[in-house]
Amino acid sequence: MKALGLILAGGNNHRMKELSQKRAIGAMPIAGSYRSIDFALSNMSNSHIQKVGVITQYNAGSLHTHLSSSKWWDFGRKQGGLFVFTPNMTPENSNWFRGTADAIYQNMNFLKSSHEPYVIITSADCVYKMDYNELLEYHIDKKADVTVVVKDMDNIRDVDRYGTVKMNEESRICEFEEKPVIAKSNTISCGIYVIRRRLLIELLERCAEEDQYDFVKDVLIRYRDVKRIFGYKIKDYWRNIASVEDYFETNMDFLKPEVREYFFHEYPTIYSKVDDLPPAKYNVGSGIKNSLVASGCIVNGTIEDSIIFKKSYIGSNCYIKNSIILNDVYIGDNVHIENCIVESRGTIAANSYYKGENGINIVVERNNRYMI
Amino acid sequence: MIKKEMIAMLLAGGQGSRLGVLTSKVAKPAVSFGGKYKIIDFPLSNCINSGVDTVGVLTQYQPLRLNSHIGIGIPWDLDRNVGGVTVLPPYEKSGNSEWYTGTANAIYQNIEYMESYNPEYVLILSGDHIYKMDYEVMLDFHKANNAEVTIAVMPVPMEEAKRFGIVIADEDKKIQDFEEKPEQPRSNLASMGIYIFNWKTLKESLYELANQSSLDFGKHVIPYCHSQGKPLYAYEFNGYWKDVGTLDSYWEANMELIDIVPEFNLYEEYWKIYTTSDSLPPQYFSSDSAVERCIVGEGSEICGEIYNSVIGCDVKIGKGSVVRDSIIMNGVVIGENCELNKTIIAEQVQIGDEVKAGIGEAADNETAPHIYNYDLVTIGEKSVIPAQVTIGKNVCIFGCTTLEDYEERNLPSGKTLIKAGDKQ
Repeated sequence: MKALGLILAGGNNHRMKELSQKRAIGAMPIAGSYRSIDFALSNMSNSHIQKVGVITQYNAGSLHTHLSSSKWWDFGRKQGGLFVFTPNMTPENSNWFRGTADAIYQNMNFLKSSHEPYVIITSADCVYKMDYNELLEYHIDKKADVTVVVKDMDNIRDVDRYGTVKMNEESRICEFEEKPVIAKSNTISCGIYVIRRRLLIELLERCAEEDQYDFVKDVLIRYRDVKRIFGYKIKDYWRNIASVEDYFETNMDFLKPEVREYFFHEYPTIYSKVDDLPPAKYNVGSGIKNSLVASGCIVNGTIEDSIIFKKSYIGSNCYIKNSIILNDVYIGDNVHIENCIVESRGTIAANSYYKGENGINIVVERNNRYMI
Repeated sequence: MIKKEMIAMLLAGGQGSRLGVLTSKVAKPAVSFGGKYKIIDFPLSNCINSGVDTVGVLTQYQPLRLNSHIGIGIPWDLDRNVGGVTVLPPYEKSGNSEWYTGTANAIYQNIEYMESYNPEYVLILSGDHIYKMDYEVMLDFHKANNAEVTIAVMPVPMEEAKRFGIVIADEDKKIQDFEEKPEQPRSNLASMGIYIFNWKTLKESLYELANQSSLDFGKHVIPYCHSQGKPLYAYEFNGYWKDVGTLDSYWEANMELIDIVPEFNLYEEYWKIYTTSDSLPPQYFSSDSAVERCIVGEGSEICGEIYNSVIGCDVKIGKGSVVRDSIIMNGVVIGENCELNKTIIAEQVQIGDEVKAGIGEAADNETAPHIYNYDLVTIGEKSVIPAQVTIGKNVCIFGCTTLEDYEERNLPSGKTLIKAGDKQ
């Protein structure tokens, strides 16, 4: 592959509410066994990209733990590898990453010391599968300066948190608006870009000279008329998880057989860190309907239309409905949980009752596990 | 110079013929256990958890699956710059080339491997037991007693002692005598087939006994060391230890895992069992499913009912099917409306719709009653069972079977149906 990969995993998002207090969005658990950055990393690996940089900043503890070894995505090699970049103090610079462009600019050496002609830039908070080789072919075919992956959204809720684009008949982007108040188009940018490495260096250096820091605003929007910026439509599954509702719905999508088939069984599949957990165990009294359960769980109760992440314990006579139980949660006996996301490592006391009445409740419980 | 205090040699070359068709294509250590594991994962995990990071695995019978399972040892953190796991098959020599003819002969043929690590102690393990054991504690015992050989032993009920190699030791655990499967046992300490040798003692004994045919630890090397007056000690182990050498004990050990708090607990944090994970996705249960007293591996999709069973990874169980008291290994596909009782199904078997197995009165197995007479149905890997057939008890099936193999869609109890040589 003639490209290196860059994954932007440093941002925060207030739409994730309590969920982002614990971790960067790139480390959000997805579909029982994965974290959201696994999708970008697996796509890179499956596209035979050998060298990948991950840029982190906000609340990156969980993310760094997840990336503590690169072998799960097959990056543990002499050629290339997985590189994690955090804000760094140098004699010239003691700033945080002030934006996406600045984050890449501050790690310019990574770009300058590489020899791959192209760079694939993606974010860590999207759930999708993509062969970047096809994207790159398209980019070369169109003689584009930058190619932006775009998607037609049927449901334009929250369109104000995306960039929207308008393309002409040859797919060249003629309008690009970041986070519009009223959207003029239902085609959004997916935050996945291809650009020649030398051009990226040049544009970022110019941004830095002018104290501008945002890749979308200060590169894509600013140059949309002078540079050839093209859109590449993604037709398969793609979702961004940067709000509680989207996070919940994206997880629930995995209860659909076609989504599971696409991500779990169609080659190539998604990789993640291996946790060496024992098989899930179902004791007397358990009943599971239309649900996903990850390994390491011990279940004694009833679960319906829910996703139970790794290593959770569900007590006797519990009823869990339309909910997401994140990793390593302990739920005592006789607990009712409905329309909730239970934060990881939580401990729910016996006989508790939680129900999201208007939408999804986020349950953060820090009871002492061995006292109940 | 490289120096490892203790290295392990893991004997994994045996067939384990009493597991019947389960080992027709794989060596016993590569047979699945407890859903996602293989039997060899237990000693390998014990090694790394005990701080033994250099392991030679001796293979001979059907090694392909074992080789690919072990790879370079990544799941057990045995991919090391120095040491790690090495697979040691028999090899051709300029002089006298031979297969591994006995347990100690296999070790004898790999003296060079052991020598290259310059060890003080060599730990001899077999790849066919289910247990968790800290070999470091055993080594401490070995050192504290200034032993030259230490044998791990475990107390068994006196009436069962005659099935084992029995060790007779004094109060200080110094070994006085041995008996191999004695009629009138004088002790109830059974040898577990786990030995620590001082490397010097082992090497000398192996050279001394090199010409013995089928050189075996229990029969030759240990008695030889004893006759030379070397200090031999018995290290008593009181945890869970299970020999899964027969279909009956194999089935039983699997079933013990689904107890509420199993005696052998895989959920303990501090002594994890590692294995290669081919599959990562969570398991899915459909709206029509029911599950009680089961363990289920990653990526399985359950649309039927499962009770008292051990289910591996990537297993598909169709709507309306009922599985009871069974062991289903990785990658098995079971059709709709099946009924399976006490059935052991090896990897990647395909079972058509409306198949019933484990039905009716038991009858002695026609070809190998000593292997199959445990009221089980045993189906070998990659077998195919056509739809709408009924299968009795004490039956074994292996190969791609078609309706012609089942008279009136029926395979009565006690039958053996092996279609060897078929394309699979």
